[in-house]
Amino acid sequence: MSRSTLGLLERRLLFVTGKGGVGKTSVAAAIGWLAAARGLRTLVCEVDAKGNLADFLGVGPLQFDPVEVRPNLAAMAMDTEASLREYLRLNLRVPLVARLGPVARTFDFVASAAPGVKEILTVGKLAYEVRERNYDLVVVDAPATGHVIGQLASPVAINDLVKVGLVRSQTDWMIELLTDADVTGVVVVTIPEEMPTTETLELIDRLHDETDIDVASVVVNRVLPEIFSRPESVVFDRLRSAEGLAVVRSELGPAVDEVVDGADLAVRLRRSRVPHLTRLREGLGDDVPLLYLPFLFHRSHGVRATSVLADAISDELGH
Amino acid sequence: MAASLEQLCSAKEVVVSTGSGGVGKTTVAASVAATAAAQLDAKVLVLTVDPARRLASALGVQEFGNVETRVPASAFGEAGVDPAGELWVAMLDTKQSWDDLVRQHAPDPATRDAILANPLYQNITGRFVQSHDYVAMERLYEIHTSGRYDLVVVDTPPTRNAVDFLDAPDRMADFFSSPLLRWLITPYRSRLVNLASKPFYTVADRILGTQFLEDIAEFFILFQTMYDGFVERARAVTTLLGGPQTSFLVVSTLEVAPAREAAFFLDLLEGRRYHVGALVLNRVLPEYLLDRTATDVARRLTNESAALAGSLGAPLGVAEGAPLESVLSQVGQSYLDYQVVARREAEQRDELSSIPDLCLSVPALEGDIHSLRGLLDLGGRLWS
Repeated sequence: MSRSTLGLLERRLLFVTGKGGVGKTSVAAAIGWLAAARGLRTLVCEVDAKGNLADFLGVGPLQFDPVEVRPNLAAMAMDTEASLREYLRLNLRVPLVARLGPVARTFDFVASAAPGVKEILTVGKLAYEVRERNYDLVVVDAPATGHVIGQLASPVAINDLVKVGLVRSQTDWMIELLTDADVTGVVVVTIPEEMPTTETLELIDRLHDETDIDVASVVVNRVLPEIFSRPESVVFDRLRSAEGLAVVRSELGPAVDEVVDGADLAVRLRRSRVPHLTRLREGLGDDVPLLYLPFLFHRSHGVRATSVLADAISDELGH
Repeated sequence: MAASLEQLCSAKEVVVSTGSGGVGKTTVAASVAATAAAQLDAKVLVLTVDPARRLASALGVQEFGNVETRVPASAFGEAGVDPAGELWVAMLDTKQSWDDLVRQHAPDPATRDAILANPLYQNITGRFVQSHDYVAMERLYEIHTSGRYDLVVVDTPPTRNAVDFLDAPDRMADFFSSPLLRWLITPYRSRLVNLASKPFYTVADRILGTQFLEDIAEFFILFQTMYDGFVERARAVTTLLGGPQTSFLVVSTLEVAPAREAAFFLDLLEGRRYHVGALVLNRVLPEYLLDRTATDVARRLTNESAALAGSLGAPLGVAEGAPLESVLSQVGQSYLDYQVVARREAEQRDELSSIPDLCLSVPALEGDIHSLRGLLDLGGRLWS
């Protein structure tokens, strides 16, 4: 498989995935936000119908038709039925489509009966925007780890099942675009915890085994701060010993116990994450670039979180 | 509403653990089942969809799959517990469960073999109508009606939406009785395309190719032979979920997105008159982070760290040149940082409109479990 030396924002199509609950939507929004701020014409697209992407961009519900949410940044929500309608309009003679009747009636069948149809309509629409150069970068808030392979592998799966017809003629260029590492990359978002780490490593293995799509980056989200250096830890241990606490209590009152407990909790929480960070680093080796994003104490949700994370990604990427 | 999990697990036959991804519902399900097996003279099964190796090793079984496996009593012995009952585990294998379903419902061996050999079968079972959710509920029904267990604790699949699995049996029934499906199959069955559907087939042929459409149609014609079995079973599963022998645990953290989903799910369960046994709030920060007096102390530590380091250095016995000032400042700042999160969590809890009578909290750090002892400790904390 080809690998790319291009930076994250130099690709054209990024699929952002991750285990449920790790913050993949916020990271997808932040990547789009940063790209737009750096002058790239950017589209962010939500594939799961959960509606969180709109929260992270500070706008109302997203539709299939992209809306500009900031300069250079458009956002849309995938709607496979609308995608099918658009596809038919672009590829078939209009009168024929008109005679088709309401697409909704037939769509139920198409999507349910034919394997991979929803997936191909999603990937096809996104790949189309890239091919037509409507945007410099398309960022996809993709399905969670369990479902994303099915989506990314759908053009190949369709190729295996459908031997002739219009769909078959469409999948070849899609596969070419998806497997070009200078164009398409997967961003796997994770957090330093047991299951997300395991799923991330498994997903990357599966991406290598089952697709020819490049992993652009692994983003470790919600990394807790290391509050003490080694010499500081020695002082902190002295502070929270029985004698130490007695001394600070006499100066600051008994409530200082809770403050020290809070700092101790912060240390233990951070420490509990370290083995997972180590396992992730060792499991990935040097092949995949890692980005670290901080745990957000103040705003973990919404447009402010997106803006802070975009700055953090910018720092991690450099320049 | 139950007064305790002890009471709930004594009375109910099925306990369903639900919640959005990453909130720890697998761990909660395993803890509840392990504790029920330890405390009650009952045969308990935990049915999980998550192949968490840590959970397997915590339960003292190297690996477990679709086959129900007993957790050896020795594993409880090593955890210092003499269990009153038995703990069994099974993991849902979607493909295997589908094959079992086909074997069970196919009208004759020829149809069965034709379905299992159909090139679309594997592809379709993996994708359509949330088949994962459907087989999870189907498997639960099969296990429950077998009468092999006093209590079945179910860990629900990681769905995009926590309610998807609830609707899966109904959706499956709808799908098989869909006029659209029949409309699709008819021309291939009769080899006659009527005028109304002709434009559709013309377009579909151009898009997908005739051969592919025929493959699909053949598959569904075969599958329809199992229609009655599927629909009947789907209805029975729905009845079981809504019945008096079943209760739901809603698991959540107090982060914004999971808490919102939990609120939505609680309302929905209530609206459908399902029994909500308990709300389990996982990884909750301690209440001492909300203390106002401590806030003042933390501010002083941060703002006056230099002066405090000067006066406290000698009594603390900290060596000359040691970084006491930065430690004091960091201790204060860290408390203030986590306080913001703790306050947000308190607000999220307040915003959960319909909190069940039984609301249990698991402190941060205590849900990270590596052993059966850990599962039992967590379960014990929630139990009575």
